Amino acid sequence: MAKLTLEELKKLREEKRKELNNRRTEGKDVQVIVGMGTCGIAAGAKDTFDAFLKEIDQSGLTNVTIRQTGCMGLCHSEPTVEVIVPDMPSVVYGNVNPDVAQRIVRKHIVGKIMINDHIFDKPAADIIK
Amino acid sequence: MAFKNYILVCGGAGCEANRGVDLYKTLQKELQEQGVENEAQVVKTGCFGFCEKGPIVKMLPDETFYVSVKPEDAKEIVAEHVVKGRPVARLLYDKTQSRTNAKLEDIDFYQKQVRIVLRNCGVIDPDSIDEYIARDGYDALAKVLTEMTQDQVIEELKKSGLRGRGGAGFLTWKKWMFTKQVASNEKYVICNADEGDPGAYMDRSTIEGDPHSILEAMTIAGRTVGASQGVIYIRAEYPLAIIRLENAIKQAKDYGLLGENILGTGFNFNIEIRLGAGAFVCGEETALIASTEGRRGMPIPRPPFPAVRGLWQKPTVINNVETYANIPMIVLRGGDWFAKIGTETSKGTKVFALTGKINNSGLIEVPMGTTLREIIYDIGGGIRGGKAFKAVQTGGPSGGVITSEYLDTPIDYEHLQKLGSIMGSGGMIVMDEDDCMVDVARFYQEFCVDESCGKCAPCRIGTRTIYNLLTGICQGRGTMDDLQKINEIGRAMQKAALCGLGQTAPNPVLSTMKYYEKEYLAHIKEKKCPSGKCRDLVTYYILPNKCIGCTVCARRCPVGAITGERQKIHTINQETCIKCGECLKACKFSAVFRR
Repeated sequence: MAKLTLEELKKLREEKRKELNNRRTEGKDVQVIVGMGTCGIAAGAKDTFDAFLKEIDQSGLTNVTIRQTGCMGLCHSEPTVEVIVPDMPSVVYGNVNPDVAQRIVRKHIVGKIMINDHIFDKPAADIIK
Repeated sequence: MAFKNYILVCGGAGCEANRGVDLYKTLQKELQEQGVENEAQVVKTGCFGFCEKGPIVKMLPDETFYVSVKPEDAKEIVAEHVVKGRPVARLLYDKTQSRTNAKLEDIDFYQKQVRIVLRNCGVIDPDSIDEYIARDGYDALAKVLTEMTQDQVIEELKKSGLRGRGGAGFLTWKKWMFTKQVASNEKYVICNADEGDPGAYMDRSTIEGDPHSILEAMTIAGRTVGASQGVIYIRAEYPLAIIRLENAIKQAKDYGLLGENILGTGFNFNIEIRLGAGAFVCGEETALIASTEGRRGMPIPRPPFPAVRGLWQKPTVINNVETYANIPMIVLRGGDWFAKIGTETSKGTKVFALTGKINNSGLIEVPMGTTLREIIYDIGGGIRGGKAFKAVQTGGPSGGVITSEYLDTPIDYEHLQKLGSIMGSGGMIVMDEDDCMVDVARFYQEFCVDESCGKCAPCRIGTRTIYNLLTGICQGRGTMDDLQKINEIGRAMQKAALCGLGQTAPNPVLSTMKYYEKEYLAHIKEKKCPSGKCRDLVTYYILPNKCIGCTVCARRCPVGAITGERQKIHTINQETCIKCGECLKACKFSAVFRR
């Protein structure tokens, strides 16, 4: 990557902002975002991440992206996972072990039904517009 | 087909006990009876906080927040909200009840948290500079490099009222101004990421979740004070944070946002990472600088302050991770925006690592001035196991305790100091009725004994002596003279120790002695530990009239101290007993007794 100028930085920001806000990249409209801070990893986030990969692969879904992020602050319920599906409100799931990951794929992503007992409130409104 | 509405019913313990299960079922029934079961899904969730106002119901996608919802309200919620699409006004959470003053035009919601420092944590991929840029990343740096003078940056910081988040709360703009004013061909910018308080992990999470915000802020600092080299001093115990920082530095260099000729403006700035071995004293700035230079981490008396003579004897601005993370937002939104959040003397937000006997432990960020009650009950979901709140410890080994009397005190630098504690870096450990305050004081004192660098006598000898006295009290050897001695030594250390570690090391013991004198007296005069924590002061007995000889306790006892035949009264051998309390927990007939 060449060094950015001021103009290029602005252009890059606009481009990436659209990508991030739409959360759609290359026809992939479903996003699974796994919290991978030390707290999440210690609670088993790597296994959860792998379980999502495996289940999505086995379900033959091609429209799902799995991404990582830092700590959302809900340490009491790690591993935490945000799930964004078109036409559904995005939600945060807590205590997502591989078993729950499998249910999220089958019920939430495929069946569009939210799963009981694992949804947590997002800690705060986003201040970045 | 997705549903149009989702009705989230809190399934936390508090809400469940408050007829939350009935509410869940009634809502499902109402959806069917009103023929809209395909319009909405009822979902049971984890704890949402606000347990005092439970049961909680949150409607998605419109984010309506209902409190104190009863099963009888289900009909109206379905008829009004789901069918007609308008909220049930009488159940809405009354935001005016909030004691915090985060009344920003762009922030209007029921939640108690405002995330400025943690704005990107849990949102972006920390390994992606593109996602950071998408969320206004490096925009503040571009603004500083192209539109602002050095003095204007300092002026914005001054307006913002930002104070150092590392503990002492020194005004950030002053630090930057002092460093800028000193004439020197070489200056440095340091980020203190040597987070050492037990139970504190705010800085680690911030770096792991949003490493670029620190790089951007340090570069802004470099430009403002006239430095071209930055150093991040971070403990080697934080491997993931270090990997993410290294990756972020590489990405920023590739993009020309770090290194030579940043954004084509001719400004050069580099950042290197220095690993610390995890010594608590290295969080003290002069010790940190010594360690960065490759010397043993020991403090030196100030002045001269690092702003005048710091790293390699050159003017150095040194701030903590959380302080830096605020800076890009202050530059972008302006100091006035920032100053609207918080209290008169303490502006902005504070990140706390909320741990201990609390239901929703976690990393939280609240506006300064939020009360402890809001943190513990509205965010933290209350005390675990429905036990009674006893105290909160803030400021780690340099802080003190805040008791239940002060639950409604707004948290800011001044109020905490008045209560004998400090803001510190943000560890917040919640204690319940089972915690012994003498034992807590002993724990922190032991930490200080281990971490004292040994350079000055008040700290080296003082921490050890207080620790020995506290151990004696916990073991039943304490006298009233001991309290007097602890007081004298503590006061002397506060005045005579060389650095912050020694000066504040007596705080936990002095603070607990002040607020929990009765507990100390019980240990000394009655040789009893009221909460049963101090093993040498408790004895477990089996009450013969209650024991039915079920053998559960005998099987649970890890050292075989309990004997007795089936259906006969059991006894505890006091010589073998290690006082772990397992028998007390195991007995279903209240036959085990502690005193």
